[in-house]
Amino acid sequence: MARAQVQEGCDMNSFIRQRLPLLVTAGIFLLLFGAASLRYAYFCSVGNVFNLFSSNAPLGVMAVGMTLVIFAGGIDLSVGAVAGFTNIFVTALMETHGWHPVPAMLAALALGAVLGAAMGAIIHVFKQPAFLVTLAGMFFARGAAYWISTASIKTTHPFFQQLTDLTAKVAGATVHPLPAGILVVVLAMGIMLAQYTRFGRNLLAIGGSEPSALLMGLPVGATKITAYALCGGLAALAGLINTFNTGSGNSIYGIGMELDAIAVVVIGGTLLTGGRGHMFGTFCGILIIGTIQAAIAFDGSLSSSWTRIITGLLLLVFILLQRLLLRATLKKT
Amino acid sequence: MKWPEPANRMNKSWLASVKKSPAVWPLAGLLLLGLINLIFSRNFFTVTELDGHYVGTLMDIFKNASIVLILGVGMTLVIATGGIDLSVGSVMAIVGATAAVMMKNGVNSLPSVIAVSIGLGALCGLVNGLLVSWARIQPIVATLILMVAGRGISQLISGGDQVLITNEHFNYLGNGFLGGIPLAPILATVLYLAVWIWLRRSATGLFIEAAGDNETASRFAGLATGRVKCLAYVVCGICAAMAGLLEVSYIRDADPLSTGQYKELDAIFAVVIGGTALSGGRFNLLGTYLGAILLQTLTVTMLYVGVSSAVAPMPKAVLIIAVCLMQSETTRRWLGRKFRRAAT
Amino acid sequence: MAAAENPAPPLLAMRSIGKKFPGVTALSGVDFSVRAGEIHSLLGENGAGKSTLIKVLTGVYTPDGGEVRLAGTPIAPASPRDAERLGISTVYQEVNLISSLSVAENIGLGRQPGKFGFLNWPALRRHARAALARLEIDLDVDTELGALPLAIQQMVAIARALDMQAKLLVLDEPTASLDEKEVAELFKIMRQLRTQGLGIVFVTHFLDQVYAITDRLTVLRNGERVGEYPTASLGRLELVSKMLGREVRDEEGHFVQGGKTTANSLTDESAAPVLEARQIGRRGAVHPLDLTLRKGEVTGLAGLLGSGRTETARLLFGIDRADSGEILVRGKPVKFSSPRAAIALGLAFCSEDRKVEGILPNLSVRENIIIALQAKQGAWRTLRRAEQDKLCAHYIQALRIKTSSAETPIKNLSGGNQQKALLARWLATQPELIIVDEPTRGIDIGAKAEIEQLIAKLRADGVAVLFISSEIEEVIRNSTRIAILRERHKVAELSGEEIDLHRLLHEMAGAGKPHE
Repeated sequence: MARAQVQEGCDMNSFIRQRLPLLVTAGIFLLLFGAASLRYAYFCSVGNVFNLFSSNAPLGVMAVGMTLVIFAGGIDLSVGAVAGFTNIFVTALMETHGWHPVPAMLAALALGAVLGAAMGAIIHVFKQPAFLVTLAGMFFARGAAYWISTASIKTTHPFFQQLTDLTAKVAGATVHPLPAGILVVVLAMGIMLAQYTRFGRNLLAIGGSEPSALLMGLPVGATKITAYALCGGLAALAGLINTFNTGSGNSIYGIGMELDAIAVVVIGGTLLTGGRGHMFGTFCGILIIGTIQAAIAFDGSLSSSWTRIITGLLLLVFILLQRLLLRATLKKT
Repeated sequence: MKWPEPANRMNKSWLASVKKSPAVWPLAGLLLLGLINLIFSRNFFTVTELDGHYVGTLMDIFKNASIVLILGVGMTLVIATGGIDLSVGSVMAIVGATAAVMMKNGVNSLPSVIAVSIGLGALCGLVNGLLVSWARIQPIVATLILMVAGRGISQLISGGDQVLITNEHFNYLGNGFLGGIPLAPILATVLYLAVWIWLRRSATGLFIEAAGDNETASRFAGLATGRVKCLAYVVCGICAAMAGLLEVSYIRDADPLSTGQYKELDAIFAVVIGGTALSGGRFNLLGTYLGAILLQTLTVTMLYVGVSSAVAPMPKAVLIIAVCLMQSETTRRWLGRKFRRAAT
Repeated sequence: MAAAENPAPPLLAMRSIGKKFPGVTALSGVDFSVRAGEIHSLLGENGAGKSTLIKVLTGVYTPDGGEVRLAGTPIAPASPRDAERLGISTVYQEVNLISSLSVAENIGLGRQPGKFGFLNWPALRRHARAALARLEIDLDVDTELGALPLAIQQMVAIARALDMQAKLLVLDEPTASLDEKEVAELFKIMRQLRTQGLGIVFVTHFLDQVYAITDRLTVLRNGERVGEYPTASLGRLELVSKMLGREVRDEEGHFVQGGKTTANSLTDESAAPVLEARQIGRRGAVHPLDLTLRKGEVTGLAGLLGSGRTETARLLFGIDRADSGEILVRGKPVKFSSPRAAIALGLAFCSEDRKVEGILPNLSVRENIIIALQAKQGAWRTLRRAEQDKLCAHYIQALRIKTSSAETPIKNLSGGNQQKALLARWLATQPELIIVDEPTRGIDIGAKAEIEQLIAKLRADGVAVLFISSEIEEVIRNSTRIAILRERHKVAELSGEEIDLHRLLHEMAGAGKPHE
């Protein structure tokens, strides 16, 4: 019948349209990684691939949290500062106040989540723009970090040292499994959360249309606040991972990192205005950014500033692409 | 339905209009901070003459506020159209690096350095403006692109490192005095006057307010709302360029990473504290001016009561959230209910 | 009468419902009842109270008085969610689903099958397929909702609504943006649900659809119930006259003549046309139509709500792009891409939606008046303040705009005074053609009379006026020529002596159609 035909026509288009940003992301990653592998020897080695994960672990973990917030149509600009705060907070607790690393780390994660939840509550209850509230959150967290110490603190606690120095040999290369491991676990849990839980689907529904989500009886406020809390907690985790990586705490850590995290999410094919996206895309996004950085480092002749310029260009391309897709959808109906 | 009051209460209207002006709040805040300083620090208001220059805390406040003052002009206009520009800090870095590199390579003619810088700022603003008005991308998203890429561009221009500026004519911009008063705040104040006259004497100010107040109605009334928005972003880019020049001239050094860092936030905060609503519409340049001074005074006051300048973002954050919560509908409704309950 | 045939209590019984808003009584003592297994239409023009009644029913508003019973039990829904739980589901004209999610998710959101918060996707899909199968819809449930035609989206919304064990389904203008084929699909489903014993409230502006599918109808006017009728027993003409509150026959059964004024005799075919529209139309808005607007004439545009009046005006003013036909201004073909282009050619459009499309709420009366003229002149040719003040003082006096000063924010003015200020805005541009869409809606009688006088004066000054109003007598009083729209078609044009209330109602109702 006529309707069946219409649907078939839609199905093909919509299948591609829904997945186009994700396909483009995956394609870009393969293209970049392939080109870099051809050009630079050892680029496609186990050690380098592992390194891709461990050196981008903080950004990746942060991006997972950011994805959740952006799904719901929000944004969190405070994540970089929260990571910096955690970084110095944990080391200060251990070194200056003599805490054991485990309670110190748990306290740091909890603080990140509480700050996130507080911002989420202000955004939701007082209907304030997310970017403004989280900008203030960024100021707050960064100021608090400087308050603790403006000088960097080296960790000396033996238990923490053990964590930091944890290495493994994989296919002849010495690697740090802890950051990479955390990233993989967080990504897997993120994909699970986004794809297979009510919470994840509710986030996308709220980002798609908050009034509709309310009418459908979804717990809008609780879901949004939880997303910000998770994002804050993951940002704190990102700060922790950096402490593992460097063995020290530094209050200037993570400046500008929120922008990278947003870029990773958008390059991963998630709509920056919310309602549409895949956590798997964020995984691809982190690989793309990591590959660009690694390739520039391998090259040696290119200035590192190209990372930001290329990131900006990719942002532009993806935002325009999604705008076009949205227009095409609107025109159809 | 609210019926207008009769027009014959002229004597009351002066006080009423002062009360209604959004500039009252930052002014009250400034007075409060002044009072605190009067109590806690003896020489806050002391201005002494040193080598023919007036120096003192007040002068420092004006001098250090001038960058945010200048950014605030452009940001006020962008916010009045219902937008936001997150890229001004990065534009400052691009412009600062360009100017420094030009002078390093022997272009020492001040007018050409300034002309190129302003042109560059206008170009950045145009890119933002086109993304917002033509591609219809949300302002936060559109300006985020340049915010991210801008730092890289600035690093590329400067070669990745800081570029020292030895041209003392240029450094006079940020460090010089005019009639004993620091030049930078004078320039900023002149900019405010010039823009205020331009906006209020031509219809441009009205167009910006109309586009921000009700875009659909403005379009239906024949306004080219896209062009108006674009113009606001271009002006904002130009202001960012001027602020960037001033900052690198003041420090005598262009650093692609730290030039203009967090300045977009200070500018937005100054505008919000100054009483221009983030939802757009009526703008208040005087309010922004006072807001910028207030932010700087707060930083200095914190310093006086023993909070280091690095920690100053914390109280700033608390202040801005407090201002937002005070302005929010939820709070007003809640307070309204409280008052009504108290009355009955 | 019906109660005698059917002793069982109706599915829904709303009794003497009242609802007041500050300054307005939206509903007073309204009764409304729906039986199980019937499609019941709720009809009325603007301000009749339809949407308020629906909102009381679906828990958006709490009524000031009266009671609501569902299947005999008194209920008081506190929110749309609450109403759904009680068995009252609503599908709105603008589909309130999430267009970026799949069909299956839209049906299941909030009550997905699964354990510990984890989803069982296969079960969710099966569930959605089953829900759609009840409506005999075969659809890939993984399709993104937004990629489907609106009619299908609406059916998905119905599937979701029914999934909640609904007893009563409220369809609030579901057909407003559907084409005929899609409407037929929707009707098929509605009939099916009727046989399943559901009660359906169907709100629509299209009389053809009312006669095609409903069993009974309730007419509201000015917040009161006019009556409840079996659809088959009420002719179109009677229905329209009840909706508009105009009796077409007097007590002895003669047709009422009325509403004639001197305005009607002022047609002049030789007057130069300011604007000619030839076969101008737009899919989903209005079918191609011809319209000629002449100097010194007031052309009325009559038709029921949803007949395409405003849509026509939007095409003429370049707000929406026409996809057929051409427009000639003073004999020259033009292509408007924006209101700006139309204004440059001497057109003006005073929108029916004052709040969204008219006023700049926080700006002063003065700024609101001069904005169009200033926009027309451009930023560089600024009106000096003295000129602005003079202009405003002139219009405030001439139109008797009540405001404490020209500097008061326009949002503080009453509706009528806002309307006059908006008219002043357009008069200041000295237009050759002014389109006024519902200029008298929601304003007091005194202001209405003044606006009518103003229109007469404009006509005398040689301006072409396109006058759009729901109040049919107002159209007759003011127009020299009347174009009649019905269901997005132009069905007739009357001028001079032909103008007559009965004929107008006849054309608006499509009384020549079957079911009469």
